[in-house]
Amino acid sequence: MTESTIKAPKKAFSPLKWMKQHLFSNWYNTLLTLVVGYLLVTSIGPLLNWVILDASFQGSEPSDCTGAGACWLFVNQRLNFFIYGFYPDELQWRVDVMFLLLAVAFVPQFIENFPGRKWLGIFGMTGLPVIGYFLIPGGTFGLEEVESTKWGGLMLTLILAYIGILASLPIGVVLALGRRSEMPMIRGLCVIFIEVWRAVPLITVLFMASVMLPLFLPEGMNFEKLARALIGITLWQSAYMAEVIRGGLQAIPRGQYEAADALGLGYWRKMGLVVLPQALKLVIPGIVNTFISLFKDTTLVLIIGLFDILGTVQSTITDPAWQNVAVEGYVFVAFCFWIFCFGISRYSQNLERKLDTGHKT
Amino acid sequence: MKKQTVDTRPAGPKPWYDPRVRSIVFQVIALSLVFWAGWTLVDNTLSNMESRGISTGFGFLNESAGFGIIMHLVPYDATMSYGRTFWVGLTNTLLVSVMGVVAATILGFILGVARLSSNWLVAKIALVYIEVIRNIPLLLQIFFWYFAVLSNLPSPRQSVDVGGTMFLNNRGLYLPEPLTQDGFGLVWSSILIAIAAVVGLRIWAKRRQLATGQIFPTFKVGVAILILLPLISYFVAGRPLEWEIPALKGFNFGGGITIIPELAALWIALSLYTASFIAEIVRSGILSVSKGQTEASKALGLPNGLTLRLVVIPQAMRVIIPPLTSQYLNLVKNSSLATAIGYPDLVAVFMGTTLNQTGQAVEVVAMTMAVYLTISLLISLFMNIYNRAVAIKER
Repeated sequence: MTESTIKAPKKAFSPLKWMKQHLFSNWYNTLLTLVVGYLLVTSIGPLLNWVILDASFQGSEPSDCTGAGACWLFVNQRLNFFIYGFYPDELQWRVDVMFLLLAVAFVPQFIENFPGRKWLGIFGMTGLPVIGYFLIPGGTFGLEEVESTKWGGLMLTLILAYIGILASLPIGVVLALGRRSEMPMIRGLCVIFIEVWRAVPLITVLFMASVMLPLFLPEGMNFEKLARALIGITLWQSAYMAEVIRGGLQAIPRGQYEAADALGLGYWRKMGLVVLPQALKLVIPGIVNTFISLFKDTTLVLIIGLFDILGTVQSTITDPAWQNVAVEGYVFVAFCFWIFCFGISRYSQNLERKLDTGHKT
Repeated sequence: MKKQTVDTRPAGPKPWYDPRVRSIVFQVIALSLVFWAGWTLVDNTLSNMESRGISTGFGFLNESAGFGIIMHLVPYDATMSYGRTFWVGLTNTLLVSVMGVVAATILGFILGVARLSSNWLVAKIALVYIEVIRNIPLLLQIFFWYFAVLSNLPSPRQSVDVGGTMFLNNRGLYLPEPLTQDGFGLVWSSILIAIAAVVGLRIWAKRRQLATGQIFPTFKVGVAILILLPLISYFVAGRPLEWEIPALKGFNFGGGITIIPELAALWIALSLYTASFIAEIVRSGILSVSKGQTEASKALGLPNGLTLRLVVIPQAMRVIIPPLTSQYLNLVKNSSLATAIGYPDLVAVFMGTTLNQTGQAVEVVAMTMAVYLTISLLISLFMNIYNRAVAIKER
């Protein structure tokens, strides 16, 4: 080693240096750190006490909640209701099978290089709904029938979100294509459809579905409440989906359309083989975001009297048998939603990074 | 001999391969389908309504409503008409929307900037706030504030007392109400004069800067004018403002301004929820301004404040405005969740109680949806005008 070569400076991690740089770099950062740090320290202690140290986990009666903290045994006691609603106890294996299949289809999507994960995903989009269609309501293949009024809890939330997204995707594609069509009438119809649905709150759509749909339909033809809510959610969601997909269609370079034309492909083959596969791949993060917002919005069905997970918890809280468990109940539901939404949004950010093919010029 | 004709012309496209013909055919089919569907719906609806004995038309708007509403900005009592309930609901919706938009914007900008803070602790706290709040359904948050927080407040007798003027209890938040006395007109006119003076000052300062290059401290002087002039006229007019302080009468407070818990819960939840989305929009807007712009401005010798005001913020706003608009729209639409806790907004009063009492579903739903459509269109119109004003001016 000659004298002229100088070693690169060592990048040693020193907590003191890190703190100086990130917490106390100047006078107002120091002040901020001290104030915020004080608030944090004084609030974490009581919070921890409430959630874990003083909380009650064991027991079966409201009177067993003796600690000063949270009463988690309430969640434990009613967990069955929160997950299955009024679904008969002895038939809950059918829902469990669906939960299992859902996990099999979608958990591998989070794991890189999982064998056959693409096929599992396709199964989740096609086979799973078919199995669910026969398994959950029953009535065929010797399965006992369970009316949709008995469905509830987390299971209903997942059903609403899943069918909503699956049905709104194809409608959204058609609407997006229509909005970019060269035929003025078709374009106009699609624009009106999309803009009207996007402008009104979901709650008015649900009201309309529950109050007005029976008026629209011919005498004698009627859907159950759940089906009406699903129709409303799907139409509303497809307008949002259409706008997401339109973004993808606009991002495809003009050359791709022209190349497809030059090959002599007709409209449907041009779209189906060249444009849509690229466009849909581009907007997967957008579709996932739409899914997350739909997932959160499914809670609104409790306003028209369906018992989704928030609905089941809300009805338990207002039950006089359990007093003062409102916070525990809401924290539980918030936790359930947070796990799903945060997980999915992380996944979509991951996907965005991976699918970034550099169409950025 | 049989005459044989051979067509030697190249076979022209069959009519169903002609794009123009096909496009016309498709459009005719689509339109007739829509008209057929619309006609069937109208036909079904009319015959259904006839068989159920529901009358049509907007005549019901003049009938007496006969139900009370816990909060109204326009004068209202139960003897007034259904048309009046529509206005009560509409003003309540607008009130909570405006309050929500203001609070969410302020909080969202603070959080967005905090997320980029050089202080690690502040940045992480903002991150945790955003990731927690935006992944939890809004309805749940409204319930949380209403049923778990506000309804657990003490009763009026034990209410939380802030300096003997503001009171917080499970019936709401009670604030002192300003009552203008005679002579307050002077203060109003001085406010108008101050605004005009600041506008004039701005124009003059800009002209002077263009002519001489000297920068006049418009902002500081403007703020001074806006505060001092009304303050002076207030004392000159003999302090013509009295505060009506809420006082405990019997079981509840009277006097002052009351913010009912329903409004408070909805306002808090809407603002906190929307702020978490606005924060991310603000962050991405600020990050979108390339570092070279800041460096160039520093190289020109602009101080930090001016760099921020003249270089970074105008460029960030271009990225921020369009998604911010959709967040405002979402907030207005989300305010309809008021129904769930009983705040009397448009959906709760009109689409709820009025519809139930009159049964005139078609008219009521159409009016409600028309309101939201109008609000949406107006907000996007104003935001588009603003957007055009701040867009990059290119050749």
